[in-house]
Amino acid sequence: MSAQTLYDKLWASHVVREEADGTCLLYIDRHLVHEVTSPQAFEGLKLANRPLWRKDSVVSTADHNTPTDHWDQGIQDPISRLQVETLDANIAEFGARAYFPFKDPGQGIVHVMGPEQGATLPGMTVVCGDSHTSTHGAFGALAHGIGTSEVEHVMATQCLVAKKSKNMRVAVTGKLGDGVTAKDVALAVIGVIGTAGGTGYAIEFAGEAIAGLSVEGRMTLCNMAIEAGARSGLVAVDDKTIAYVQDRPLSPKGEAWDKAVAYWRTLVSDEGAHFDHEVVLDGAAIVPQLTWGTSPEMVVGIDGKVPDPAKEADPVKRAGMLRALEYMGLTAGTPMQEIGVDVVFIGSCTNSRIEDLREAAAVARGRKKAATVKRVLVVPGSGLVKRQAEAEGLDKVFTEAGFEWREPGCSMCLAMNADRLASGERCASTSNRNFEGRQGQGGRTHLVSPAMAAAAAVTGRFADVRTLA
Amino acid sequence: MKAFTTLDALVCPLDRANVDTDAIIPKQFLKSIKRSGFGPNLFDEWRYLDHGEPGMDNAARPQNPDFVLNFPRYRGAEILLARENFGCGSSREHAPWALDDYGFRAVIAPSFADIFFSNSYKNGLLPIVLPAEVVDRLFAECEAKEGYRLTVDLPAQQVVTPDGTAFGFEITEHRKRCLLGGLDEIGLTLLHAADIRAFEEKRRADQPWLFA
Repeated sequence: MSAQTLYDKLWASHVVREEADGTCLLYIDRHLVHEVTSPQAFEGLKLANRPLWRKDSVVSTADHNTPTDHWDQGIQDPISRLQVETLDANIAEFGARAYFPFKDPGQGIVHVMGPEQGATLPGMTVVCGDSHTSTHGAFGALAHGIGTSEVEHVMATQCLVAKKSKNMRVAVTGKLGDGVTAKDVALAVIGVIGTAGGTGYAIEFAGEAIAGLSVEGRMTLCNMAIEAGARSGLVAVDDKTIAYVQDRPLSPKGEAWDKAVAYWRTLVSDEGAHFDHEVVLDGAAIVPQLTWGTSPEMVVGIDGKVPDPAKEADPVKRAGMLRALEYMGLTAGTPMQEIGVDVVFIGSCTNSRIEDLREAAAVARGRKKAATVKRVLVVPGSGLVKRQAEAEGLDKVFTEAGFEWREPGCSMCLAMNADRLASGERCASTSNRNFEGRQGQGGRTHLVSPAMAAAAAVTGRFADVRTLA
Repeated sequence: MKAFTTLDALVCPLDRANVDTDAIIPKQFLKSIKRSGFGPNLFDEWRYLDHGEPGMDNAARPQNPDFVLNFPRYRGAEILLARENFGCGSSREHAPWALDDYGFRAVIAPSFADIFFSNSYKNGLLPIVLPAEVVDRLFAECEAKEGYRLTVDLPAQQVVTPDGTAFGFEITEHRKRCLLGGLDEIGLTLLHAADIRAFEEKRRADQPWLFA
């Protein structure tokens, strides 16, 4: 057999059948379910009187709507509450391998919960009605975000109707500099290939800088693959992957573990495998990144300035830049480090794991929130992350700096719960989308790493974290 | 699923690139547990001058007269003309539900985000990719002529302009068959239940840890 990419291997090992036009039935091993994109799917099953094909493939939690404070008061918004209670009822009726409801110690953002429970394993196909399912590709798993009709389809048939994507490799060479994180790599990649650059592709991240990232860093990177347009991001399996997965509640044990590891070791792209598109970035040249506009591709280094639309030749792009500057309340040519922030958000499926919190705490330690910053929210990705952070005393570091230490959830990443920006507020956010209105109508989002977010919180403006030693 | 064969309809031009699904249907409306009723909140933040929340009387809200959907000449449009990377961002199927509920049956753009693209088919909303220069031409014609209509002929895989110029578009045989017949995709897949079970049993034997 000719040399295969990791994606080729994962795809081929899950094809149940293929039609003449290339449309495949792809077998799904793990279905992660949350409250927002599942109610209509469960309703569809009920209306058609169809059972769940394989309930032990389902692992579920409530995350998008759940509040991040005053848990003793429950969910105040009645519409949000109904949606979360609907998930409770649906899981009770249909069953699941594991369920972490609101307030459960294991509850958390679905893309944080899955890996930490061992629900995500190398070689799996993983789907979830959430675009950031690409996160799980960090384990050498083929992970897709899907819509609600597809959620229902997977529930009813254990398969997805899909066509194979093309292969792209993004190689990041060299070593990352101090203060440069997986988030900066993700933003730098999107800056190069654009938000549609990965459309139609599965992106494998490779190279020395990627091998050097921790598994949590790889999750951050694969999480943002969708912001580059790719439904799936991938990183090959190595010792770090296997060490991360070992001894998780749902990971294999004993003899099964040894057999699994032997298979997982094969989950790498073969030497000489063909990629339809290859991009190479010099990791050593990447500086801390931040977005200036309303699309993740509108990104510059912390040493940069707000770009000038007059210098853009493409009229559609120029119009988009002008509109973004107006929405963001920025003037072309302004140095990024002169821009002040009102709010800081540290959290989301991109950056709410323990290493992210350690990274932010390292900057916050011994410092105080700037007086001009109205609030700083630190929202751990799960109950387990929260307790680990508290065991390490990180919560104290944050509260002593004047940051708010919250309960886990999606929170201000998409502002479905009460955590949101007011119109005109400018936010340094560790989340993944800076779209108009994403964090609240009229809110202005700048995407950054956890260290850069903490630096903005303590200086009151965007600062180069490398100078805050 | 609703069947789609041919459509002759008014066109509404939305001249922005990278229209994301948060813009198509903002997050506060995702709290619904239904799949209908999203039309009045399609493009909510652009369409209205106030902040929208579920349960509001949308007819009584102040409309943004500068937003293209509110122009009287585009009332009743069933084809949305858009720019590249339409539907990027969140996987929320509420986006095609909202477009469909508003009355759109097709979206024409130079490119679409992958998840939105597949979600659309599942709801009988036809996403059509045409080359950027063709889309440029359609924008110019649509803005120049009030009442501009296009014909979408799915069996022939063509978009036809009022002067009879036809532009071909691609669609997989599987999707075309599902749309033309308004077929239930789950029902179609379940015709292969024996294949799925056989695959599953082999997988269970080879990788038992996936079934623990």
